[in-house]
Amino acid sequence: MTTTSERTSPAERFQAIIDADEKIEPSDWMPEGYRKTLIRQIAQHAHSEVIGMQPEGNWITRAPTLERKAILIAKVQDEAGHGLYLYSAAETLGVTRDELVELLHTGAQKYSSIFNYPTLTWADIGAIGWLVDGAAITNQVMLTRTSYGPYARAMVRICKEESFHQRQGYEIMLRLCNGTPEQKAMAQDAVNRWWWPALMMFGPHDSESTHTNQSMEWKIKRISNDDLRQQFVDMTVPQAEYLGLTLPDPELRWNPERGHYDFGEIDWDEFWQVVKGHGPMNRDRLEHKIKAWEDGEWVRDAAAAYAEKQQARRAASRTGG
Amino acid sequence: MAYSVPHLDGEQDPQFGRSDARGWPMWEVFVRQRRGMSHVHAGSLHAPDAETALQHARDVYTRRVEGVSVWVVPSSAIVASDPDEADAFFEAIEKPYRAATYYEIPDEVGQM
Repeated sequence: MTTTSERTSPAERFQAIIDADEKIEPSDWMPEGYRKTLIRQIAQHAHSEVIGMQPEGNWITRAPTLERKAILIAKVQDEAGHGLYLYSAAETLGVTRDELVELLHTGAQKYSSIFNYPTLTWADIGAIGWLVDGAAITNQVMLTRTSYGPYARAMVRICKEESFHQRQGYEIMLRLCNGTPEQKAMAQDAVNRWWWPALMMFGPHDSESTHTNQSMEWKIKRISNDDLRQQFVDMTVPQAEYLGLTLPDPELRWNPERGHYDFGEIDWDEFWQVVKGHGPMNRDRLEHKIKAWEDGEWVRDAAAAYAEKQQARRAASRTGG
Repeated sequence: MAYSVPHLDGEQDPQFGRSDARGWPMWEVFVRQRRGMSHVHAGSLHAPDAETALQHARDVYTRRVEGVSVWVVPSSAIVASDPDEADAFFEAIEKPYRAATYYEIPDEVGQM
């Protein structure tokens, strides 16, 4: 009997799976570059979810109502959950959780720059849900079709929950925009500060994005940075109009020929500054993360010691000792 | 949230597979969505013992009533087939007569 595996090399089988739009699974052979690219991307994604708890956690104690507080806690808990799904997906590629945590803490692996901006007012919680989670959904809906099975499955789960995040954010904005002039001004101020960083989330222009081509060939990424950014702008402009808010871009206008909104150029100097660690909150975010990890060490140790003791006790009772 | 951070000049790939990595063991989580359905694999997590794994599974995989029952199994207890041997292992493809569609039934007989 001649089987497919006898006729073809592992590399050919890998390519055949990619070409057929099927998923690569953890035990399949994969090129080293594919594995490394995925570890880097999934780890960054996981780190982003975990660090992303901080700017929002900042407002839990000051949420305007008990209901808003409960909602915000649920959202922050979701972000922790998303981080866990993603760490699990990364671990299927042969890295350990502890290694990933350490790489975040030493700065060897990064997280999304969007979390290096501060949350100054309650309206920022609305703007983050609407714009930042909106941008994230645009990216993540694409990633539900990524070629690596565990990553795609994590994305499906995450996308279901992100929808709640975005809607609750938009509702906060809606409430503020229908409120007092001061409340509306606060909403406008938040949009002024979050609009451009949200657009930066999609990354450099396609022409500058050196690793995009390979990722597209491997079908890790299915849509380019600029195309995703355009999708996000087209989706968001009418939502801003409904709120009666102005997006802070004088060049933003509908282009009937393209069938898309034209928009101005991102401040790429700011973009690279924040990526390189010089954003307003880079240092605080990492310091806080490391402190939380170190403060929790006794809990982890106690849980491990307890588990060990229980196991020893069970073993002893089995042998009648 | 999602997004991959652009590469910086001089960025190096971290080394993985350190042997001194410690941490809680991994568990596979299976969730029964509704009565009458099977438990289906939902994902994995780390926990020091079975009880804590169950607690974590509830927090991580069923925050929105996704299930009525949860199983946790140590990941190390899973025995898996080899995907490279799949063709030989799943030989049924060689035996089409095991499929209902292999047999032709005249139209007059009706639905069967």
